[in-house]
Amino acid sequence: MFYDNLIFEISKKGHKGYSLPKNVFKSHQFPSELLRESSPLLPEVSEFEAVRHYTNVSFKNFGVEKGFYPLGSCTMKYNPKINEDIASMSGFANIHPYQPIETAQGTLEIYYKTQELLSEISGLHTFSLNPYAGAHGELAGLMIMRKYHEDRSDFKRKNIIVPDSAHGTNPASATVAGFKSIEVKSNFDGTVNVDALKELLNDEVAGIMLTNPNTIGMFEKDILEIAKLVHDAGGLLYYDGANLNPLLGLVRPGDMGFDIMHINLHKTFSTPHGGGGPGSGPVGVNEKLVHLLPSPVIKKVNNKYVIEDNNDTAIGQVSHFYGNMAVVIKAYTYILTLGKENLGNVGRHSVLNANYIKESLKTDYLLPIKGVCKHEFVFDGLIDKSHHVTTLDVAKRLLDYDVHPPTIYFPLIFKESLMIEPPETESKTAIDNFIDVMRTVAEEARTNPELVKGAPYNTTVKRLDEATAARNPRVKFTDLIE
Amino acid sequence: MFKYLPHTNEEINEMLEVIGIKNIDELFLEVPKDLLGHDFDIPNAQSELEIRKTFSDLASKNKELIPFMGAGAYDHYTPSIISHLISRQEFLTAYTPYQPEISQGTLQYIFEFQSMISTLTGMDVANASMYDGATATAEAMFMACNSKKRNRILISKTVNPNIIKVVETYAHYKGIEVDFLEEDKGATSIKSLEEKMSKDYAGIIVQSPNFYGIIEDYTGFSDIVSESKGVFIINQDPSTLSVLKTPREWGADVAVGECQTLGIPLSFGGPYIGYFATTTKLMRKMPGRICGVTEDTEGKRAFVLTLQAREQHIRRDKANSNICSNQSLLALFVTIYMAVMGKEGLKEVQTTSSDATHYLYEKVTALPKFSKVYNKEFFKECLIETTLDPKVISQALLDEGILGPLSLGKFDKSRANQLLFSATEKRTLAEIDKLVSILEVL
Repeated sequence: MFYDNLIFEISKKGHKGYSLPKNVFKSHQFPSELLRESSPLLPEVSEFEAVRHYTNVSFKNFGVEKGFYPLGSCTMKYNPKINEDIASMSGFANIHPYQPIETAQGTLEIYYKTQELLSEISGLHTFSLNPYAGAHGELAGLMIMRKYHEDRSDFKRKNIIVPDSAHGTNPASATVAGFKSIEVKSNFDGTVNVDALKELLNDEVAGIMLTNPNTIGMFEKDILEIAKLVHDAGGLLYYDGANLNPLLGLVRPGDMGFDIMHINLHKTFSTPHGGGGPGSGPVGVNEKLVHLLPSPVIKKVNNKYVIEDNNDTAIGQVSHFYGNMAVVIKAYTYILTLGKENLGNVGRHSVLNANYIKESLKTDYLLPIKGVCKHEFVFDGLIDKSHHVTTLDVAKRLLDYDVHPPTIYFPLIFKESLMIEPPETESKTAIDNFIDVMRTVAEEARTNPELVKGAPYNTTVKRLDEATAARNPRVKFTDLIE
Repeated sequence: MFKYLPHTNEEINEMLEVIGIKNIDELFLEVPKDLLGHDFDIPNAQSELEIRKTFSDLASKNKELIPFMGAGAYDHYTPSIISHLISRQEFLTAYTPYQPEISQGTLQYIFEFQSMISTLTGMDVANASMYDGATATAEAMFMACNSKKRNRILISKTVNPNIIKVVETYAHYKGIEVDFLEEDKGATSIKSLEEKMSKDYAGIIVQSPNFYGIIEDYTGFSDIVSESKGVFIINQDPSTLSVLKTPREWGADVAVGECQTLGIPLSFGGPYIGYFATTTKLMRKMPGRICGVTEDTEGKRAFVLTLQAREQHIRRDKANSNICSNQSLLALFVTIYMAVMGKEGLKEVQTTSSDATHYLYEKVTALPKFSKVYNKEFFKECLIETTLDPKVISQALLDEGILGPLSLGKFDKSRANQLLFSATEKRTLAEIDKLVSILEVL
């Protein structure tokens, strides 16, 4: 049975789901001009009704614990439960952000040590854990780039170079930071075309935003030359950490020549995606940019952990307090659990998994780029396009086999992109099952294409009319009852 | 072998054979040799039980206190059901709902969240959340400047200084000029608004209850702003909207704010969650994800992310905002909070908090070394002046396990003797009386 009730629809006047201590204080009356006139349309349900409702709502979701989730560039690895236990300890949860630092040394030590570990892992000198998400870290990183040039009185550098294969947040972040994005052409394998880059470099370029491996999973083998070219032209290199997983414990962005980077703790460092957040996007910089990191900063002074306002040199402030602390704790727990012994195998096994799937499915799916990939790769739809079965159709049919589809229609450089990333936490059993399912769907596309085009059949809802939703948006409960 | 890395050597060899190589190193041949071989200075792996000991030791270096401080983070009670429901893997480990057929759970709670925020604020539409109230305010500024094609904004000096700082930071890099509305006896001065507002400004940003806890009276504000065709933005704690006049009722165009007060633990400042709500007229300029209702091919009601043409993955360099991940799981958190507290519970929590704060205010300002600062209505936070050294107060309270008020000296050295107190429904009569008795003898 399909559970279709909204909480407002099961609400009944007089139902009560809460308990509060009696209000023993004298009642303060406010002048009526300051009070709300209309009554809010909030539900009234008993506690059990609320629990049953949200439990049933959860059944309509597919989490990474349900099945294979090979979303490219998302790194859907296992989210360890020990991380959850640690982050929810009351000794961390009940601390006010403005407590005297002597009473928060535990949390501050976690922040400081996480900053240090991220530095060691990435090769960048110092990190700020203030940004709340990858895009937020990007924004902070680009603000750092702006201020670096401004402080040198170099106001000409208004442009940022971005590969044409870049994730949408890259040019969007550049725009929000006040830059103009200039696209650089890729080679056929999505790597930066160095000659095209040379044409674009001049004294109006503040820097370049890159991810390595790139969004197609190809390692930018010319990275050392690219770094030298950009630096010689007076620019800085920004590393989008979304694709850091294959490099973990093996290669460091700082060593490649990157000056600024962000990391997605909810990708590489196993913190859960939460249906769309909370994430955490720490921003790291080389030594000459440390003073620009957003305020406040967490330091160790005379064996004590302190919070310092560095607004006199910083880009400013990007968060109200210090960032998503509970997410940081989960990442720190993960790094301590992995340890030095296992860090390198995260990268190695994620790359092994991706290449194994690529080689196993290239007889059914079109592989535009031959050769070794890193943690992810792209198919350009089915090889056999004679029945017009699209990537969208394939993705919807996968749902019927309890497999979450890969990323579809991104990157934009291929028409029928299917981007697959099988993180290192996936067993060979799970991977082989995925390969079987993909082969089955490819076979169905050949022998029974209408079946695939009409998918999904086994999900709680079938394909949705997204066009009408956009033309005539109904975005709250009262839009449904008017 | 390691618990998060399942492959045996045998399995690895099987996979290598399919790929046609002898070892995993052959998958990294194009990486410049200079980049490989770093000896990572990372501690050795800890077993799970060693992890528990490590963090237990760390937690013991923190001290849990009884907070009488707010200043952007308030100690409200978290109903027991919330942590259990949000830790369900279907909610916790799911990705962003880009494949709606298998994300109806996430989409439904986002729709409920949007509905609750809309009704609390009185606005026509709310988005799926922002990172926090401060960045939501900055994004409201962007929306105002973009929609009016103006690059100046007015913000009141009574807004929380952190929010001002974030707004200024975002403004600077976008080339937006930030000017201020003056304070008049603890609230935004309407005279200052009359004098300054013009067609040069995209709009104004005010906060109520403001940084001092004072409930601002916005009579006349909406007229002044709309006369210059500006955008009227109010930052308001949503929990207070169970009682107080709504941004819509004041004539605001945009309501933004911090939802931490809807039961989210203090957590040393995060994760929290911002909300963003506006009118139908400005809906298509709103940042962030929006969930809408539609039907599937069989006519079943379903939810889907909509109006995605506003977002970064489509607009790219033409986007007005770069937000991608937001705070989705916290949206579920506060949705369950609002569901289980309901209209009556939310009102009761806030009324008790307000009454407790007023009780504290009367008792403390009756003490000889403490006095009132402003004469305006406040909600659950109040400003009290002292002749004592604030550090002495802080230490005396700390010795008794109490987190005392915030001294404004943190933001303005000249106001160090002004203290911001807050009491919530979690503070008992005995706790407040104890606080007073400690202050009495200083």
